[in-house]
Amino acid sequence: MPVDRPAGGTAQTAASTYPPVAAPAAAPAIRGARIDLRGMTKRFGASVAVDDVTLTVEPGEFMTFLGPSGSGKTTTLNMIAGFTDISAGALEIDERPVGGVPAHKRDIGVVFQHYALFPHMTVEENIAFPLRQRRVPKAERRRLVAAALETVQLPGHAARYPSELSGGQQQRVALARAIVFSPRVLLMDEPLGALDRKLREFLQLEIKRIHREVGSTFVFVTHDQEEALILSDRIAVFNNAGIEQVGTAHELYERPATLFVASFLGESTILRGTASPDGGGSTLAGDGFVVRAPGRLEGGRTDAALVVRPERLRLTPDAPASASGDASGGNAVPVTVVEEIYLGAARKLEVILPGGARGLVREQAGALSGLRAGDRATLRWHPEDGVLLPDDPTIERIFT
Amino acid sequence: MSARLARAALWLTGVLVAAWLVAPTLVVIPLGFTDKVSLTFPPTGWSTRWYANFFGDPAWTAALANSLLVGVLVAAVATVLGTAAAFGLSRWTSRRGAAAARVLLLAPMIVPGIIVAIGVYAVFLKFQLAGSLAGFVAAHTVLALPFVVVSVSASLGTFDVRLETAAASLGAGRWATFRQVTLPLIMPGVVSGALFAFVTSFDEVVVSLFIQSPALVTLPVQMYSSVTRETDPTLAAAATMILALTTVLVTGGLALSARRNRAR
Repeated sequence: MPVDRPAGGTAQTAASTYPPVAAPAAAPAIRGARIDLRGMTKRFGASVAVDDVTLTVEPGEFMTFLGPSGSGKTTTLNMIAGFTDISAGALEIDERPVGGVPAHKRDIGVVFQHYALFPHMTVEENIAFPLRQRRVPKAERRRLVAAALETVQLPGHAARYPSELSGGQQQRVALARAIVFSPRVLLMDEPLGALDRKLREFLQLEIKRIHREVGSTFVFVTHDQEEALILSDRIAVFNNAGIEQVGTAHELYERPATLFVASFLGESTILRGTASPDGGGSTLAGDGFVVRAPGRLEGGRTDAALVVRPERLRLTPDAPASASGDASGGNAVPVTVVEEIYLGAARKLEVILPGGARGLVREQAGALSGLRAGDRATLRWHPEDGVLLPDDPTIERIFT
Repeated sequence: MSARLARAALWLTGVLVAAWLVAPTLVVIPLGFTDKVSLTFPPTGWSTRWYANFFGDPAWTAALANSLLVGVLVAAVATVLGTAAAFGLSRWTSRRGAAAARVLLLAPMIVPGIIVAIGVYAVFLKFQLAGSLAGFVAAHTVLALPFVVVSVSASLGTFDVRLETAAASLGAGRWATFRQVTLPLIMPGVVSGALFAFVTSFDEVVVSLFIQSPALVTLPVQMYSSVTRETDPTLAAAATMILALTTVLVTGGLALSARRNRAR
C-alpha cells in the first residue's frame, strides 16, 4: 500500500519557505502516475458528453481541464475517477487499463467543489477515513493525519466538526483527506468554485505548493481561465465534448490553435476577413481594412480570423497613411475609442473597428496614449504579433 | 380591538380542538386509579389496587411480556427490511418501478386492517402459524413496515448522495460506505422508524384478535377480552401503562433525533 511518506516531513520545510518551482527544497514525497486517455467517449442516451478524447497526462504533472460548463471536462474527470463508466475508448494509469476497476479500488484522490466532508465525523475522522479503509494501524493513522493537517496548514482543528469550519477550511480538510493516503493521482473538480475571490487566490497558491510537496499527478477542472493560468503545467481546453488544444499557458495564449481557444483564454481583438497568400504570410482583407498576418491557412481555406492580444496593440492619435499599413511595415487600422477602463497599473481601451467589431487595447501606466472615449485613432501592431486562424462563426464576441 | 378578538377566538378554537383530541386518552388515567370495581367516570375514590391486580395476575403479566417480545422482534425485523427497502427505492433508476414498489410497500397502511386480518388468518390456519410467535412477528411486521419505509425515506431524501461518491473515491466499497457514511447519517429516520414499528405492533388489536391462541395472547387482546367479559378497571391500569410507555418512546426518539441534528 502506498501510504508511506518520509517521516522527516517535507511538509514543514516547504510550508515555511515557499521554494521556487524550479528548485524544490525537498524531493516530492511520491511519484505521480501517468494517465493515458485513448479515444475516451461518454454517451448519455443519444447525447455525447465526451467525444473521442485522447490525452496523456505526464507523471507529476499539473494538468488543468479548462472549458465552459457542458464542455465535457467534468465528465472526463468522472471517468478517470471511476464515477462514470466509459462508453468507448480506453483509460490507462501507468500503462495499466483501469476502465473496469471500480472507483474505490483505483487509489485516486478526489476533491469536490462541494467539499463532500462527512458531517458526522470530526476533521480527524474524516481525514482518517481513507486510511481506515486501507486498514492502516491506529498509531500510523494518527501520524499521517497530523502530517496531512500540517500540509494543508490546519493543525489544531482535528477535533472539530466540518460544520464548525469556514468554507476555505472545509476545502483544506477535503484536500488533506484526498492526499493522506498518498494517491498517485489527485483529481479536483472546481474545488475553489464555491469560495470568494480573495480566498480562492490564496488557496490557488496553496494547491500549487501542495502539488510540489506531494508530487502526485494533479488533474484540475475549472472554467476560470485565470485559475488555469496560475496553476497549470499544461492546460487542456475543452469545448463541445472534445479537446480543442493542449499546451502550456504560454503556448495557448501566444499560439492558440483555434478561435475558441483564443477567445476563451485571455482577451483578444478578432479581425475577420478573407485571407490570401502573400509571400511567406497572408493578407487579410476585411470590412474597411487590409492587414498582413503571419502564416497561412491550411487546406486552401480563405475565411479567416486574425487574433491580436491587447498588449500587442498600440493606439496613436494620427490618421493612417492608408487603411492597409504604414511606412514601417506595421499594420494600421482606423478605429474609434468607445470606452476607457482604468486598472491601476494599466488601462484598457475598447475600440470599434471599421466593420463594427470591437477591439481591446491595453496600455501600461507608463505608456498611455492620452486618448479618450470618442476619439478617432489608429490601431497599430506588428504583423508577427497576430495569429491567423480559420474563422469559427460560433465565436461571436470578446470574452472578458 | 377586533384583531385581538379574532386572536382570542383562534386560541379558544385551538384549545378546544386540542382538548377534544387528548381528552379520551387522559380519561383513562383516573379510571385506573378508581376504588370501585367498575369503570365509572369520574371516579369517586382513589386506589392503586388495579395496578397491584395487573402485576399479580399471570394473565396480564404474560400478555405484557408477549407484547414486549413481539414488539421488539417486529421493530428489529421491520427496521432491517424497511431500511433496505427505502434505500433500494431511493436508488432505483426506474422511476416507474420505484413508484410502483413504494405503493406496494405502503399498502398495509391504507388497506383496512380487517381485510389484512382475514387474509392473514386464512393463510396462518393452513400453515399452522396462528397463535405462534413467528406468526405474530410476521403479521405485525407487514403492518409496521410502511412506517419504517416512510421515515427512512424521509431521512434519505435529505441525505447528500455525493457523500457516497466521495467515500468510494477514498477507498470504501459499497457496504463499507453504507455502514460508515449512509447509515449513521440516516440514523434519526431509522430510529424513529423502529419506534413506530414497535408501537404499531404493541397496540395492534385487529389482526392479533384473529391469530391469537390461548398460548399467545398480547396485551391489547387481553384488554379486549377483559372488557367484553367484565368491566374490570385493571384494563384502565394497563391502558395507562401503554400510554406512558409509548409516550416515553416517541418523545425519547424525537429528542434523540433532535440532538443528533444539532450536533451537526
